[in-house]
Amino acid sequence: MAEIDTSGGGGHKKGGVKKAKKLSTRVDLTPMVDLGFLLITFFIFTTTMSKPKTMEINMPFKDPSQPIPESKVKESTALTILLSKDHRVYYYEGIGSDATKPPKVEVTYFKNPGGIRDVIINKKKSVDALVRSGTLTAKDKTTVLIKPDENSTYEDFVNIIDEMSINGIDVYAIVDISPVDKDFIHLTEAANGAK
Amino acid sequence: MPKLKLPRKSTHIDMTAMCDVAFLLLSFFMLATKFKPDEPVVVVTPSSISKTILPDNDIMLITVDTKGRVFFSIDNKNMRKSLIEDMNTYKNLGLNDAEKYKFAIGASIGVPFKQLKSYLDADETQRAEFDKNAVGVPTDTSVNMESNELAAWIRTARNNNPKLRVCIKADGGATYPSVQRIITTLAGWKIFKFNLITNLKATPAGTAAFEAEKATAKAE
Repeated sequence: MAEIDTSGGGGHKKGGVKKAKKLSTRVDLTPMVDLGFLLITFFIFTTTMSKPKTMEINMPFKDPSQPIPESKVKESTALTILLSKDHRVYYYEGIGSDATKPPKVEVTYFKNPGGIRDVIINKKKSVDALVRSGTLTAKDKTTVLIKPDENSTYEDFVNIIDEMSINGIDVYAIVDISPVDKDFIHLTEAANGAK
Repeated sequence: MPKLKLPRKSTHIDMTAMCDVAFLLLSFFMLATKFKPDEPVVVVTPSSISKTILPDNDIMLITVDTKGRVFFSIDNKNMRKSLIEDMNTYKNLGLNDAEKYKFAIGASIGVPFKQLKSYLDADETQRAEFDKNAVGVPTDTSVNMESNELAAWIRTARNNNPKLRVCIKADGGATYPSVQRIITTLAGWKIFKFNLITNLKATPAGTAAFEAEKATAKAE
């Protein structure tokens, strides 16, 4: 390997000059190995392997100079999701536009199974059924309105948007929470005896 | 008893092979990875199933930590230089060339304009110490407010390079309003499309996205 054969130099005259001492050319590579591994450790700690992943998000176009267009979301296709504290998720069918008939607000969590994902899947199924029965046209798609409350975290927000892509919901909007929705949360909290 | 004489063996091991391996690994790590960007705060991003990779350049990164402090940075050194030039004239910061240079080679900025000069004057260790207690770039709900300094940063950066893609890297524990303020600020500048930096998680089996992935995998 690294050593060079220095034997068999031949050519020495008999009984003449004193034979030079053979020096080994074998180099101890241990320090070099140490150095190599030290550098590896350095590179492992200071560099990143994978590029960060991103999630693209489109917010609804908003222009303060223009009036906000009337919402065209149909009650039957809509699902409103409210994000609240302690990673709680409140949801109700429709958009809650009819003040005389308050929607039935339910509470769930980001868990699987039995969490918000099942709610979204069921909603999608029921909209599909309505489309098949002819009550809705094929153009109507499940629409999810996401309203994060002030005490929700960014993680909830990302999780719910992620649920949209997981469940193939193409139409969703992130809307500011309204006082009415906050009341819904308080009422449900009171009904469930939560703090 | 007869003495048992064992042949003496050398304890020397040939290190050449090990050396080869070490340097092979070293060269792999040098080529396959890139240096971690300087980050003023530790941010643990939430996970999503999105596989889109963050592009290499033209990035405007807005970092939000658990406490809701906002840090601002753009990636290109030359762009940072022209950004600070513009910012200096726009906000009358009174920075000298050395401070501008420090900004250009520095990392994320998380101080209000008032403290920017003293922040850039400080040396590296002082700055790191400062970042721990920094208040972050002040943000507000409307772009027209003087207190919304993030809006000024975004505007100047976009004027410099309209191609800049806005990325928000927020900690999972940050409250939604702290992120919402950034989103409304962006909306104020008519930026409705931006990226959120997330970790990758596996697509849950049996869902719509999982089926779609399987279908594309089969087609390929």
